[in-house]
Amino acid sequence: MWGIDMQKIKSMEMKGITKRFPGVIANKDIDLKVNSGEVFALLGENGAGKTTLMNILYGLYSPDEGNIYINDKKVIIDSPKKALELGIGMVHQHFMLVPSLTVSENIALGSDFESKFRLDLKKISKNIKKLSKDYSLEVEPEKKISELSVGEQQKVEIVKALYHGANFLVLDEPTAALTPQESSQLISWLRTVIKEDMGVIFISHKLNEVMSVSDRVQVLRNGKTYFSAKTKNTNIDELAKNMAGREIKLPKLEAEKTHGDILMELKHIWVKDRRGIDVLKDINLKLREGEILGIAGVSGNGQKDLAEVITGLKKAYKGEIIFGDQNIEKKSVQEIIDLGVGFIPEDRLHMGTIPRFTVKENLILKDYLKNPFSNNYILDQNYIKNYCKTTVEEYDVRCPNINTPTHALSGGNIQKIILSRELKREPDVLVAAYPIRGVDIAAVEYIHSKLLEARENGMAILLITEELEEIMNLSDRIAVIYEGEILRILDNTAASKSKLGTLMAGVVDENK
Amino acid sequence: MKINKAQLIQLAISTAVLGLSLITALLLGSVILIIAGVNPLIAYKALVIDPVSSLFGISEAVVRAVPLMLVGTGISIAFRSQMINIGAEGQIQLGAIAGGAAAIYFSGLPKIFLIPAVILIGFTAGGIWGGIAGWMKAKLSVNEVLSTVMLNYIAFQLYLYLIRGPLIDPAELAWGTGVPQTARIAGAAEISRIFLGYRVHYGIFFAIVMAFFIYFLLWKTTFGFRLRAVGEEKNAAAYAGVKVDKYLVMAMILSGGLAGIAGTVEVLGVHRRVLEGLSANYGFSGIVVALFGRLHPIGVIPASFLFGLLLIGAEKMQRAVDIPSALVISLQGLIILSVVSSSLLLEKKKYRDKIYNIFS
Ligand SMILES: Nc1ncnc2c1ncn2[C@@H]1O[C@H](COP(=O)(O)OP(=O)(O)O)[C@@H](O)[C@H]1O
Ligand SMILES: [Mg+2]
Repeated sequence: MWGIDMQKIKSMEMKGITKRFPGVIANKDIDLKVNSGEVFALLGENGAGKTTLMNILYGLYSPDEGNIYINDKKVIIDSPKKALELGIGMVHQHFMLVPSLTVSENIALGSDFESKFRLDLKKISKNIKKLSKDYSLEVEPEKKISELSVGEQQKVEIVKALYHGANFLVLDEPTAALTPQESSQLISWLRTVIKEDMGVIFISHKLNEVMSVSDRVQVLRNGKTYFSAKTKNTNIDELAKNMAGREIKLPKLEAEKTHGDILMELKHIWVKDRRGIDVLKDINLKLREGEILGIAGVSGNGQKDLAEVITGLKKAYKGEIIFGDQNIEKKSVQEIIDLGVGFIPEDRLHMGTIPRFTVKENLILKDYLKNPFSNNYILDQNYIKNYCKTTVEEYDVRCPNINTPTHALSGGNIQKIILSRELKREPDVLVAAYPIRGVDIAAVEYIHSKLLEARENGMAILLITEELEEIMNLSDRIAVIYEGEILRILDNTAASKSKLGTLMAGVVDENK
Repeated sequence: MKINKAQLIQLAISTAVLGLSLITALLLGSVILIIAGVNPLIAYKALVIDPVSSLFGISEAVVRAVPLMLVGTGISIAFRSQMINIGAEGQIQLGAIAGGAAAIYFSGLPKIFLIPAVILIGFTAGGIWGGIAGWMKAKLSVNEVLSTVMLNYIAFQLYLYLIRGPLIDPAELAWGTGVPQTARIAGAAEISRIFLGYRVHYGIFFAIVMAFFIYFLLWKTTFGFRLRAVGEEKNAAAYAGVKVDKYLVMAMILSGGLAGIAGTVEVLGVHRRVLEGLSANYGFSGIVVALFGRLHPIGVIPASFLFGLLLIGAEKMQRAVDIPSALVISLQGLIILSVVSSSLLLEKKKYRDKIYNIFS
């Protein structure tokens, strides 16, 4: 389709869209209009109906009611192919790339070929290069998808849409899996593309992003439109309130607490990766009772290794971890769990939970060995069932029932499963890695208040995050990690966003 | 439980799809049969009707269901742990020879001890064979498909060597006939036949009990919880404190062990001695049975009976119309393919909805 001139999309309008699924109305009578040259933000909590609406626009679902108009002409979009022909491109929440193929091959996959028997990859990769230059999106056509970072894969998805002639882009939660740096790159890139007279629908539940990228914003809740406005005429609080249906106030710790006893101490910890390169260099940290120690840093600077060495999943080649009165560095994962160390891991769907296990099974993933969960190797089904029912209620995990497979839940609810499991075990030390990544604002409020509550009750928490606001709101002390080293440890009162920002970039100002 | 109209329609559709795909398979098969110069009606009568129209046919089908059930249950365990165990054939043979040898030499023991002991020995032999592949995968990252296939060759040669040499029936040597088979096992080791004149033996109850036991083990115990966790998501299992490598090996030991038991039970219940061709490709058919039973021990039970009938039907057909066995196998393949693909079709939501829309 490359090179064929299509009629540009000047305006796209959805009118009265209703879509029902068994048991839920995902979209109810939604109107929405986007013109070329603007970024339109679609906002809403998990399950609000954003993805469904966009899947209708992209021809993946057909609406039960309502119509779509392009340039004021009614169109029927009954397949993604049709959407692409009309010039609509979509980047899904979960990328649709084949990891073992190259960028060119992936893009070729969706194309109509000139010949059924010949695949001119050279020509395709030449076109990709030209495109990525025109739109300043660096992608290397010969690289394999599996070699690319999440941010780079996203660029491939965008290039793929452009390659197929899209002049109207739908991005479904594009920043959910990106680092803050990658996110701000994407946002500034979007601003430039809009000047090319494209229309963009940007889905997110991160309010500050929406404020900085969009021209207009529309908020969905429970499948209905609750609010729409020009971005410049609204503010974060108003949007948050409309998303959640109530006032949202992110909790903050009350600083100025006397330091508790040291519960865990990392002494001169060194860790190597598989290639033999040091990923943690001489780490010294003290975790105190009733204290949250924040680890600030751009992700990929050793945070994962830090979390895993404490929980026994990785081994240090030098140094010790004193917990209670023993060195736990050589202990097994199970022993460390039993001693009282909890862990909310970064990868919630492949480490924090087992996707195809039921909610029930994931809730007991660390407790099944203990009495009364099991007795003489036999699981006590009755006890487990009752325990899980109360836990699901207590932590407000929204799931059809406790026998639902976990992967069917939204990110926020999966995170609540992990949070409840780790907190209910009442560990002395909890490692929480990126606990709010990709979850909506109501869930952020909930998770933060739970972490602060655990702190009040004396838990020592190591909070790993890249969100400065989160770390400033929650941490008693903040350690900045850069290339596997702790550059500095600051008291909450001494920390500021700009100070943390420069430290995270590796700049240590010795004058201060 | 109340059944509503939608569910009824779904059920009707499922049956219709299955029936249609079977008919298609049989029609395609009849083209092959006609080319081969055979009347398809006679052939299909032998395939479908004959096995269930005589007690003998049913008995023989059940006889075949026993090893299929044991192997299929074992394969389910391995596959659920993401271990593609192609080695059941070798595991059966080792179980047969080890169990058989024990049943010959420990002839002095009373039945009540002897049979369990012999079965345990069969389990151990098959388990070691499976465990080797598991260990090679866990510690050396050797692909288990490769290692189990190789181990099949080794087991096969070992088996042949033992029944031709050291374990050959002394009577065969004395008479100079030299048929490669061992002596008869001790009477006390024999699993009794259920009806006089038919080969069907009490091993079928044992196999059913084993399938239920494995179901219990996988879903009701902490051991099974760990095993399934490792199979579903290794990272999460490790995070939860499970020693992943250990449980990979465990899965293969169990899987191989069940195949080993299948071999032993064939000796104790059917042949009463170890002889050539005893494994009869049950190691491979067991894979189909396991997949057919959705890798679930309870699903494997009916799948084994069905497959047992299919095996007998194929034999009957071959005799009824005198066609090459390769042709029979390809017909069998067509039928399996149609059933498996129609169940896939019904499982995938996308297709199910499409079919649903056509019908209603
Ligand atoms: N294919 C589907 N089948 C049934 N229910 C669905 C399907 N897709 C989405 N839903 C339901 O529709 C609602 C809206 O989901 P979705 O559009 O994914 O929300 P969002 O993208 O805003 O998080 C949710 O309640 C969800 O469970
Ligand atoms: Mg969504």
